Amino acid sequence: MNTWGTVMIRLNETHRSLWHGRGQSRSFAGLVRSLNMDGPLLVGLLLICAFGLLVLYSAAGKSTYLIVNQAVRLGVAIVAMFVVAQLPPDFLRRWTPLAYISGIVLLVLVLTKGDVGQGARRWLDIGVRFQPSEAMKLAVPMMTAWFLHDRQIPPRLAHLAMIAILIAVPTLLIAKQPDLGTSLLIAASGIIVIVLAGMSFRLIFGLAALSVPGALVLWNFMQDYQKQRVLTLLNPDSDPLGAGYNIIQSKIAIGSGGLFGKGWTNGSQAHLEFLPERHTDFIFAVLGEEFGLFGVLTLLTLYSFVIGRGLYIAVQAHDTYSRLLAGSISLTFLVYVFVNTAMVTGIVPVVGVPLPLVSFGGTSMVTLMAGFGILMSIHSHRKLLPH
Amino acid sequence: MRLLSPIKDHHSERRLFIGRAILSSVVSVILLAVVIARLVQLQVFDHELFAEKSQGNRVRIEAVPPIRGLMFDRKGRVIAENLPAYQLELIPEQVDDLDDTLKRLAAINLISADDIPRFAAISRSGQQFKPVTLKFRLTDEEIANFAIQRPRFAGVDFRPRLVRHYPHGGLFAHAVGYVGALDTSDMQRLDSARYTGTSHTGKTGVESSFEDSLHGEAGFRHLIANARGRRVPANTSELLDSLPLDETANPGFNIHLSLDLDLQQIAFDAMEGRRGAVVALDPTTGEILALVSTPSFDPNLFAVGMSTSQYGDLRDDPDRPLFNRAVRGTYPPGSIIKPILALAALETGATNLTRKSTCIGFFQLPGDDHRYRDWKPEGHGPVDVHDAIAQSCDVYFYEISGKLGIDNMHDYLTRFGLGSQTGIDVLGERPGLVPSREWKRNNFRDRDNKRWYHGETVIASIGQGFMLATPLQLASVAGTLATRGARYRPHLVLAVEDPLSGAREVIEPEWLGNIAIGNEAHWDSVLGAMHDVMQGPKGTARAIGSGAPYQMAGKSGTAQVVSIAQDEEYDEEELEERLRDHALFISFAPFDDPRIVVAVIVENGSSGSGVAAPIAKAVMDEYLGYSDD
Repeated sequence: MNTWGTVMIRLNETHRSLWHGRGQSRSFAGLVRSLNMDGPLLVGLLLICAFGLLVLYSAAGKSTYLIVNQAVRLGVAIVAMFVVAQLPPDFLRRWTPLAYISGIVLLVLVLTKGDVGQGARRWLDIGVRFQPSEAMKLAVPMMTAWFLHDRQIPPRLAHLAMIAILIAVPTLLIAKQPDLGTSLLIAASGIIVIVLAGMSFRLIFGLAALSVPGALVLWNFMQDYQKQRVLTLLNPDSDPLGAGYNIIQSKIAIGSGGLFGKGWTNGSQAHLEFLPERHTDFIFAVLGEEFGLFGVLTLLTLYSFVIGRGLYIAVQAHDTYSRLLAGSISLTFLVYVFVNTAMVTGIVPVVGVPLPLVSFGGTSMVTLMAGFGILMSIHSHRKLLPH
Repeated sequence: MRLLSPIKDHHSERRLFIGRAILSSVVSVILLAVVIARLVQLQVFDHELFAEKSQGNRVRIEAVPPIRGLMFDRKGRVIAENLPAYQLELIPEQVDDLDDTLKRLAAINLISADDIPRFAAISRSGQQFKPVTLKFRLTDEEIANFAIQRPRFAGVDFRPRLVRHYPHGGLFAHAVGYVGALDTSDMQRLDSARYTGTSHTGKTGVESSFEDSLHGEAGFRHLIANARGRRVPANTSELLDSLPLDETANPGFNIHLSLDLDLQQIAFDAMEGRRGAVVALDPTTGEILALVSTPSFDPNLFAVGMSTSQYGDLRDDPDRPLFNRAVRGTYPPGSIIKPILALAALETGATNLTRKSTCIGFFQLPGDDHRYRDWKPEGHGPVDVHDAIAQSCDVYFYEISGKLGIDNMHDYLTRFGLGSQTGIDVLGERPGLVPSREWKRNNFRDRDNKRWYHGETVIASIGQGFMLATPLQLASVAGTLATRGARYRPHLVLAVEDPLSGAREVIEPEWLGNIAIGNEAHWDSVLGAMHDVMQGPKGTARAIGSGAPYQMAGKSGTAQVVSIAQDEEYDEEELEERLRDHALFISFAPFDDPRIVVAVIVENGSSGSGVAAPIAKAVMDEYLGYSDD
């Protein structure tokens, strides 16, 4: 069947059920389902967003402007999620190679013609300004899953080599911008696909062992500020007013929050500007300071719920592509959460990874929500298995 | 095997995926557990440590500078005070383009263009949130002018503060001294905890020597500051609680000076801007009544800060207004020392009250045709010791010098305090010089110059040669003569007063001992002769003293200007003026019950009795209540 036709029929059905209140749409759950949404996932995401706005209001110095701005971004992201949820997985799969290749072309264009911002070339202006690397966050796991869809699972070595190239090209292009954080996340999203596809443990551990010399090679390619971040992590007190300042202040913020926090908008670390990047990358520290361990665990629970639901959707998926893609999107989200919280608490080096759905700003929010749209689509478009 | 791909076994593939998904979940749980463990560590176990750190972060201690003590003259009139003034400040972190901002400030004449590099350096070196003072006192016009232009100058603003003010300008500049901005050498010397927040410190005079009393104790204000150290309004109750109590600043002690404003003014005016010094003191206590060094300068310039070129002009002025001649200027005392040497000669038997010399206008040592000239070429004729002082006959002293000898001269001059510091309560006093055989031995290299020559004794007998004394020392010597040998330490400060309690610590006169003179008649003779200098028929200063409504005594002196430094350039007329002799005079009054002594020196004034004596007389008139008005 023509895929576009399917989409149009689907949308038409949605339209009808919305306006005429027929069938399943009498209850709220029915309405959600008829919109191709997944109820639990939607509730989890909305709770995270609401909590995020609450923290952001305090972190941004009670700026209504920022809150409205962020709410608008969230709105756009939710619309994106809704639209993507209407696209059946088969449709997505067919367009995957084109999306991937366009993404690569755009990345090359960024490196040659992109706008420079904060010492890096990340933005491309083709009518709208955007970061092609954001699109690659979805395109890479999609491409990897596409590649494995028709192939033998677990993948053979030759296929793995092909996939390695598919992952490495965008990763290196983005690392060159330079945007180390994003490039590592994109590599992770691809790697997660092949691990889920059953890549042998011998190979996984073998590659992990190889990563030590690999890290040394990477070190030589790193920019000075990136090297500094790693060194600072190892001993933040060595440069308390310089590179170590962020980590020291965020640890003070979180630690001083204690069990129940200093109360909303009462975080002295955040409000007296000791905490840098407090409404973007370090917003988790504001949460820790004002809401304490209790608040932090609440957010982590919401995240875990969303990730768990994502994995459940992956397990329920009916074809290789959907399964691998859903698993990768869910687990990449976990990587986001882990890298950001571990960075803010001083476990891993400071890499520019925002706290998903909570940090201010970002095209990243649209990408994330589009990813969840894919999850929802996979779940609502699953076919019954022939037994 | 098929050609394309092996048949996918969906069931086993799904099983494999579920296995991997479970494994991933386990890894995910482990990762989250690591983060949670870290959070528990930070928020539960190390909570107190971080709570303390966050408290220390936000609470800053700001020093509140104390108000500097005031200074009053002996009649309670204000000599040094603190006035509110607006100062121009720049906060480096708030300025976009420092060089451009300074340039534009110079363009509207708020700072001098010469100072741009200096301010740029200070602004870049310090803590970026700490204000840098560009100008300590703005005029009303400057404030109005800047207020209009303020939007153009981000990070520059004016702020009220107290500025040291000397209402009498240059009148007390050398006695009281001045305060100036703290510099790095001050900061090394001073207790930095006490001086945080203080911008100025005493640099010279009483301001410097009594710095410890004048400064006061800094207070502390606890405030909530943001990461850049700037004070922020504490608008939530949570931020305000548990702030430690503030400690108020204790003002510095007030100082009551022995100086008399009227006397100081009379002395200053009488100098008429000539180079020189006047020191007046109470011989019975050592209290300094007037201490003038001219030309002077406005000490307010140092308190408010001046441009590099302004300071350069003051420093390079050939008249050296910054130089405190009263305590640091050393001059050959000339005939001023004749009363002391007469006492020495009488006491040691080198002469007696009746011995006469015949002055023919010059003196020669046996076997030497060098003529030691008297100031009066035709000679004084027959003179005894009284006449020799009253008429300042040089030949008489030349004659007795051989018998008196340099050792006795040194002995008596030293007993009067010459050649060593008087111990005045300001810093930087010079000891002057009383030469001796030992001094020559120690201070000359050349073998021939190490010897003491008889000719040197001869010229030493009229206070020339190597001998040097400060105006303060001459006043002190006059006081010792006036009191028949009592020596007191000269001092400027009478009392130090706590402005809060009103408690006064009075500084008692310090008696340094009496000079033992065996025969009181010797005193009578010498002091009688000094009286006749001013009020006798042949006295050198009778033109000044005769007809006065009170009895007084004095002694004039003329000091030869030995040389002028070769690197100094003067035009010829000026050179001639600067080669003239210095005019010196000491005096005391009333004669029977001395209450004031005055020492005057007028550089290149030529005549002690003609130029310096009228100044001394004017000061005494004022003090004793005989001034015209």
